[in-house]
Amino acid sequence: MTETPNLNTEGYDISPEARANVAITTIDKIFNAGRRYSVWPMMFGLACCAIEMISAAAGRYDLARFGMEVLRPSPRQSDLMIVSGTVTKKMLPQIVRLYNQMPDPKYVMAMGACASGGGPFKEGYNVVSGVDKYIPVDVYVPGCPPTPQALLHGLMKIQEKIDTEKHFTNFRDRTKPIEPIPVPILGPDIIDPRDYETIKDGVKSGPLTTVIPAVE
Amino acid sequence: MTEMAPAQEGTLEARFPGVVTHDERKGYEGYIVQLDKLTEVAQVLRDDLGYDFLSSVTAVDYLAQKEDEESYFEVVYHLYKSTGGSALVLAVQTPRDNPAVPSLTPLYPGAEFQEREAFDLYGIDFTDHPDMRRILMWEGFEGFPMRKDWKEPYFEEDVKPFANRWPGGQVYRIEDHNPVGKNNQYPQGFDPESWSPAIEDALYDSLRRSNAEYDEIEDLDTEQVIVNLGPQHPSTHGVFRMAVLMDGETIVALKPVMGYLHRNHEKIGERNTFLHNMPFTDRLDYITSLSNNFGYALAVEKLMGAKGVPTERAEYIRVIMAELTRISSHLWAIGFLLNDLGAFFTPSLYAIEERELLLDIFEATTGSRMMNNYFRFGGVARDFPEGVLERIGELVTERLPRKVDELDRYLTNNEIVRTRCEGIGVLSPDEAIEYSMAGPMLRASGVPYDVRRADPYSIYEQFDFDVAVRYHGDVYDRYLIRLDEIRQSIRIVQQAVERIPDGDFLTGKNPYQVRVPAGEAFGRVEGPKGEIGFYVVSNGKANPWRYHVRAPSFINLTALEKMCIGSKVADVVVVLGSVDIILGEVDR
Repeated sequence: MTETPNLNTEGYDISPEARANVAITTIDKIFNAGRRYSVWPMMFGLACCAIEMISAAAGRYDLARFGMEVLRPSPRQSDLMIVSGTVTKKMLPQIVRLYNQMPDPKYVMAMGACASGGGPFKEGYNVVSGVDKYIPVDVYVPGCPPTPQALLHGLMKIQEKIDTEKHFTNFRDRTKPIEPIPVPILGPDIIDPRDYETIKDGVKSGPLTTVIPAVE
Repeated sequence: MTEMAPAQEGTLEARFPGVVTHDERKGYEGYIVQLDKLTEVAQVLRDDLGYDFLSSVTAVDYLAQKEDEESYFEVVYHLYKSTGGSALVLAVQTPRDNPAVPSLTPLYPGAEFQEREAFDLYGIDFTDHPDMRRILMWEGFEGFPMRKDWKEPYFEEDVKPFANRWPGGQVYRIEDHNPVGKNNQYPQGFDPESWSPAIEDALYDSLRRSNAEYDEIEDLDTEQVIVNLGPQHPSTHGVFRMAVLMDGETIVALKPVMGYLHRNHEKIGERNTFLHNMPFTDRLDYITSLSNNFGYALAVEKLMGAKGVPTERAEYIRVIMAELTRISSHLWAIGFLLNDLGAFFTPSLYAIEERELLLDIFEATTGSRMMNNYFRFGGVARDFPEGVLERIGELVTERLPRKVDELDRYLTNNEIVRTRCEGIGVLSPDEAIEYSMAGPMLRASGVPYDVRRADPYSIYEQFDFDVAVRYHGDVYDRYLIRLDEIRQSIRIVQQAVERIPDGDFLTGKNPYQVRVPAGEAFGRVEGPKGEIGFYVVSNGKANPWRYHVRAPSFINLTALEKMCIGSKVADVVVVLGSVDIILGEVDR
């Protein structure tokens, strides 16, 4: 059980008998309290970490204690994308598309070594070395796979992040559409539309690839 | 059963003089078949000699290391008899320029995906293959990544450990040396803006092609629709995708699309040292890490010979761990099959509860819940800690049998389970063998083939257990057989816990690196999903020259279209659930 949020703003005198029912608070606090206890993660499993994510949702670790048991298969109903596993180049366009489909405000958690930085498969030709090269990540959870406890810790960090949201000073201007992240294209290798210029420059005199300086 | 090999040897070489020759390379025991006579030889092997089960097809790139050597591709086939016995290994060799090999798919439909994989990764063309497309990578990907002369963007050195990680070396972030800061490379003169992908056309053409026969018998003119299930779909058990062609709600063609979790296991495996690969095998089928360890350990131990023989206690520990893994995997499979049936998560919670108890044992013994990295060549990494063996004994005598009966009581005669599972996704025994099905899929179709009995390994011969077999080959039997197998595994563990001897858990010291003699070996075990095999080729160095995984989940999918055609789209989900795939193993 997590503690009930203390909604009261300091400095207001509320009579003792009213304290159970009355709170004087700010919009930010009440918004954030509502959102932190009803984060809906997307039901989105990629690899091994997804198994631990399911375990975390099951009886022993019980995500429901944090108000997060409503795993939604549709991105349009979810607030949190848990990238649970190795992101491959073939899957990447779908992940970016799913991210774009999520409504604002949205959070991304990179669960495990692979999603954070490629993990044991980093050198693989079909592996993306970290999902943060394409979409913004809020919380990284280390581990291969992270235990359910580690995942819960990560989720609590997401909650902490939600607590700091300022709805009036930081709020997005809703008259403007959200800029979607350009969806990568499967070419001879994965192509990020943001890299077009670099690629065009790089392939002029030879193939573009990693060049490692010689070890002394 | 092993005595049969010499007799077969005579007949095969005598029957095809000059066509089939014994492989004379050191450490090799198979036969080399002339390229153009392969189909003929395979026909005889299947029809006359009883080698009706094609277990594994894979390619090896023998790129010349010295100037006087010859470079060629070799395609290796592992054939078995469905009545039991050891393998017959065939190899055909083809030049590296324009490599082409006759396809065995018309004879053994189970070769279909495996040949496509060899085409995808090595660029070997299989002539007369019905559907030659890339399978793991996407259409349009540049190059054939498993070829020895193909370098990935993050290539550093041919083999590990890398020199720059060694004393004196400077470790760097490799993305800092890539112009786009990512794991990408592009050919010279590539223009990203004028380039247009055409990847999906090949898939949809293939769907329509396999539907051509159906079109002819249909007299009503109806419009067919293509529906894509996945890769992000709650019932595909991960990132699996099916392209389905439907007439109304009836499936008329189905093509699995995979590779969304292709993490280049084999390419990385060929760079690793032998021991390096052990933790990687955990991540193949991540529900059954310990079984995967088992298969890989067996393959390398075969190569090592006398040095790699595990101690008696280690054998018992291995069997206990592998069988507990089977129990946990089958519990998971049953829970998630019920999920697919629509009983959302409640039965799974019952299954996961028991699985957690088994994971506790794994965590106490190996240090990790899922990625155990526990087996070593010649034993296991460490002994059971105090009290764990007693805990296992308690579980298998008291709790698990009761809980399996409970699942049985709740689910087996449930009316919804029966009506949705019985008669769905039927596979006849002959079809199951043809399609190289393995494990519960094969045995639910009435073929009593279990590697633990058919080609015994480790100490399974000493245990008293039955090979579970069911005869209808439908989803319901695949559910029942998993219950049966849990009960048999409990029996094995009960015996093992009672009889486990004292002693060392490892032959020799726990080595940092092993050196294995040159040769090839195929280690296979009966994993929970089916026969999991590791084909390892060593050239005497510290790294495997070829490291291939015969993945049961991947090969079991070959028959998915066969099982689904004619049924409704809701049944596809159930059939897929009954195959029990794990994407880490399908895509590797």
